[in-house]
Amino acid sequence: MPDTEHTRLSRRAWLAAASGTAASGLVMTRWDALRAEPPLAPMPVPPQQVAPSDADPTRVPGRFVSELGTRAPGEQPRRLLRTLALSSSSRTPLQDLQGTITPSDLHFERHHAGVPDIVAEEHEVLVHGMVERPMVFRMADLRRYPQTSRICFIECSGNGGGAYNRNRMPTAISPQQLDGLLSTSEWTGVMLSTILREVGVRPGASWILAEGRDAAVMSRSVPLDKAMDDSMLAYGQNGEAIRPEQGYPVRLLLPGWEGNAQVKWLRRIEVSDRPTMTRDETSRYTDPLKDGTSRIFSFVMDAKSLITFPSYPYVLPERGWWEIEGLAWTGRGRITRVEVSTDGGRSWSDAVLQPPILSKSTVRFRHLWNWDGRETVILSRATDETGYVQPTVQQLWDARGEGTAYHHNHQRAWKVASDGVVTFGLGDLL
Amino acid sequence: MSRWAGAASVLLLAACAPEQPSPGAVVGGTPPAQAMADEGGDWHVALPEHAPGRFGFGTPATEDRVALWDIDVKPDGEGLPPGSGSVAEGQAVYELHCLQCHGPTGTEGPNDRLVSPGPWEQWPTGRTVGGYWPYATTLYDYTRRAMPQTTPGTLSDDDVYAVVAYVLHLGGLVPADAVMDAASLAAVEMPYRDRFVPDNRTGGPEIR
Repeated sequence: MPDTEHTRLSRRAWLAAASGTAASGLVMTRWDALRAEPPLAPMPVPPQQVAPSDADPTRVPGRFVSELGTRAPGEQPRRLLRTLALSSSSRTPLQDLQGTITPSDLHFERHHAGVPDIVAEEHEVLVHGMVERPMVFRMADLRRYPQTSRICFIECSGNGGGAYNRNRMPTAISPQQLDGLLSTSEWTGVMLSTILREVGVRPGASWILAEGRDAAVMSRSVPLDKAMDDSMLAYGQNGEAIRPEQGYPVRLLLPGWEGNAQVKWLRRIEVSDRPTMTRDETSRYTDPLKDGTSRIFSFVMDAKSLITFPSYPYVLPERGWWEIEGLAWTGRGRITRVEVSTDGGRSWSDAVLQPPILSKSTVRFRHLWNWDGRETVILSRATDETGYVQPTVQQLWDARGEGTAYHHNHQRAWKVASDGVVTFGLGDLL
Repeated sequence: MSRWAGAASVLLLAACAPEQPSPGAVVGGTPPAQAMADEGGDWHVALPEHAPGRFGFGTPATEDRVALWDIDVKPDGEGLPPGSGSVAEGQAVYELHCLQCHGPTGTEGPNDRLVSPGPWEQWPTGRTVGGYWPYATTLYDYTRRAMPQTTPGTLSDDDVYAVVAYVLHLGGLVPADAVMDAASLAAVEMPYRDRFVPDNRTGGPEIR
């Protein structure tokens, strides 16, 4: 297949459509769908790989083993970059992924002064302040403490802000563009409570300050209760060392809380009796409300869900059975229910949740849908174990006003047109 | 700052009430292993019963070692270094190191606006220093640790005091003859300080 076609349609989708395997009566998935537009980021075929040929692979010997695996030439998901000087981000291609684990090289990035180059053997973490024994830990020290692993999501609290402005509700926007500051990994490290136990927290302490070793010396205050509860100093990600973009060699992990507070490239923890009021917990990451106040220390990511298929830029080539799928997550524990509507919110059905349903992690949901070929709007809403139901955007506007800049966890919608073209559909419901 | 000490407990309840016993019990002392989080089988974090009281891995941190990295400034001024700087001195620092990104008067950008050009850019629109920030000490802390963006950490403590004085003056917060030092900076009254309120979301059916 020529490169030009690679950039228009995924190979699998193209072959499926062309060969007629997308026959009526079968359940089709996003692999059977088309892409309306070029992929969001360039998807060059790596030069060391050859484009698929028409040769019968049972008639030619295959390639030899390799030290490092590579993706198939036709499967080249990419992060979407947004580069504004050094303060930049890249987004996870949610519409291209399966299951819940984000491949580490596709984990979203958000940093404020670039990714530092750090040699693990030279890295140290200082823990001091209101403690009995101020200590310095090298990575070898941290790795020797009892270890734990946990699967959980990290989401930037600014995620999804592109669909909050009533007057600028997008249509040609993908899950990656809208909500790609969300990723899920298995994190491995030492519980912060173990380290704080080691240094001995003094009575009266109530906060910690976590500080990074990047050029922003990124710093956030975190309540000591969270630090002693389920926080981790994470040095592993999906089975290997944590990636530089995610905080190599060690980051603070605060399951269920906003990503910004989970300080990467961690070099210092100060135990204190009050927050430091750093720039990124006052000037930024605070939420102005309609009553003229601004919410500060709004750490927890509330329940949210998002249909990742069908979504922009997919096109459904025909009516019939399709499987709607997506992700749901909450920082308050477990997702207990995800409902899907295929009629613009008039009626709702329970989606199937794919086990395991882990606390403070993403869960994949699926719902079988027999599309009759008529234009409609599909949407999802999640419920968590506290009884919180993912709100409509109108509910958030009513509660907070329309000027708040973070925690946009309202319901998302997709419009499926009669020609199968899928666009972001929240604006159609307003 | 007891207001924020209290906020910590509220936040914890909001975050963990559904799945945790009283984690507050472990604060301030040596936590018993069974008091640590256990979420019902998903994952296991409690130390085993035979774990020692201390493992001893790591090195004691000397006072000098702590002082080398302990750069944060608290809202009451704790952590501010000796030294001082005037608005006039700050203008020179600003024009050399800051103007390129923040504009001649702090309103132009292209990077973050520091100053509100008019009342329409006050709370909360511009999130500028005078129009939003609750604490003047934050400006010192952030400038010293993260600015100038391409050469962070290169300004002297006096230069940071000076440029902080200048930016506060541009925002109408201190007079043209102001001199900032540890005492005067912590005393600067920020107009929107009391507008910041702790998170009141708690989970459950209410949308907040």
